[in-house]
Amino acid sequence: MSSGTVIFFVLIAGVTVLGFLAARWRRAAVASLDEWALGGRNFGTVVSWFLLGGDLYTAYTFIALPALAYGAGALAFFAVPYTTLAYPLTFFFMARFWTIAKRRGYVTAADFVHDRYGSRALELVIALTGVLAILPYIALQLIGMQTVLEDVGLSAAHIAPVAFLIAGFVLLAAYTFISGLRAPAMIAFVKDTLIYITVIAALAVIPSHLGGWAHIFASAQSVLASRPKASSTMLLPGQYASYATLALGSAMALFLYPHSVTGCLSARNANVIRRNCALLPLYSLLLAFITLLGFCALAAGIKLTNNNQAVPELFVHFFPSWFTGVAFAAIVMGALVPAAVMSIGAANLFASNILQSFRARRERPSSELGIARGLALCVLTASFIIAVAIKPLFAINFQLLGGAWIVQIFPAFVLGLYTRRLHPVALLAGWCVGMSAATWMAVWTGFSSVFQFSAAGHKISAAIVFCALLANLVTAAVVTLLLAAFKTGAGRDLTTAADYA
Amino acid sequence: MSKRSSYWLLLLPFAATLVPPLYARARPPLFGLPFFYWYQILQIVVSAVIVSIVYALTQEPDRE
Repeated sequence: MSSGTVIFFVLIAGVTVLGFLAARWRRAAVASLDEWALGGRNFGTVVSWFLLGGDLYTAYTFIALPALAYGAGALAFFAVPYTTLAYPLTFFFMARFWTIAKRRGYVTAADFVHDRYGSRALELVIALTGVLAILPYIALQLIGMQTVLEDVGLSAAHIAPVAFLIAGFVLLAAYTFISGLRAPAMIAFVKDTLIYITVIAALAVIPSHLGGWAHIFASAQSVLASRPKASSTMLLPGQYASYATLALGSAMALFLYPHSVTGCLSARNANVIRRNCALLPLYSLLLAFITLLGFCALAAGIKLTNNNQAVPELFVHFFPSWFTGVAFAAIVMGALVPAAVMSIGAANLFASNILQSFRARRERPSSELGIARGLALCVLTASFIIAVAIKPLFAINFQLLGGAWIVQIFPAFVLGLYTRRLHPVALLAGWCVGMSAATWMAVWTGFSSVFQFSAAGHKISAAIVFCALLANLVTAAVVTLLLAAFKTGAGRDLTTAADYA
Repeated sequence: MSKRSSYWLLLLPFAATLVPPLYARARPPLFGLPFFYWYQILQIVVSAVIVSIVYALTQEPDRE
């Protein structure tokens, strides 16, 4: 075994122990659902910063964005405006959601939708959307882990990467079960620190070896332009609309995912979330430079059969063995942290909204903790099966579609925080139209993220996530007006103005 | 500026990043990075500063 492999395993073993110890962090025991699923709603600014950073900027992102830059050029940089815009948006609505969630004991967005619209059907579809969108996302974390494991030099040690994937999965499931949200919160400290060290080292070493950024961009451009399907390091006029709508649609979707909601609700107060909207963009800087590593891989003349290997190969190419061990451990932890939070978020949706096992939200019975724990294991197992049984390409397509699905809860959830004007039946209709439109456009384009419209001789491309949301909003508005014309009752609203203040 | 109206500042990052023709060009480069790239990286920082300003203008005491 090389020194890198040894360091890799020592680091991974270390954070696994940390994951189990996390159960005892600050409290003697994890005894209630709020403790297990939301860390007792007691994380301060610093813990939340590490947790949300570790949760939102996943290993898959760190692998997939440079892979996209390596494969498709400038378009990959949409992730930068995307993660820039997510914060002003979240600053606006998430503190309001935290306040009402704390007051009324909500653990999911669907809990709020149920009370706001008095509609069990709407609650169910909001919860189902979250679960559907999160399963492939967890599967991709496991696949990202496997990508790295293939590169750690395990083949030299005659051990199949899948054996380690199984080991990783079992440990992840065990400490999530025992420690709940405290485990990823604690591991996030180590993971984020290692990621920052890795990226700073990469930026210090790689560009100067490749003759500086000007030279990197020139070489990357000539490689991209000479491919059979040519692309460019500069965004082309035909891509403007897709780029902007992809950024906006993704920004609207980011904080609707169950793992984002779970991460935010674990904050000690609403100001922790507001402060973090100003502090989390530090991770976006990291993300921008990681995306540029895709161009470095092009300039370094690295030839790949699987674009996802762009960053791992670049590290192997430029770093000493021991440091690739550190970098790969950081990426694997980058998969473990979100996978744990995602499974907790999905378990909450299942338990609270789909099975309806804890209806009396302010006095939750102790049995609910056992149910949620068991469900987290089920969710992780389902994702593991997706990761192992189906082709990675399918998981990627499914996850892409997941983004266009999750944004369909925006009208009921985010607009619902501010206005009760949209009728619950209209929101259901909008959701149906949005989900169908997203799915149809994705299948029609062979799982592209953009859809091309042609009207009056003009062709315009726009992001599917954005178009499907527009269809949803228009439907919800029109049906609301129709129902009002027929004087249909708007249903009950269990929340009061005081709950939001 | 009143508390409520300072929230309008949050729209500035959207205006700065959602119109690619404004910044999809190579010149002037910075440290070898084409304008397209360094402009958007700069916007991450500018947007974080705007959010901080709105936070300061709308701040309320911590409530647990």
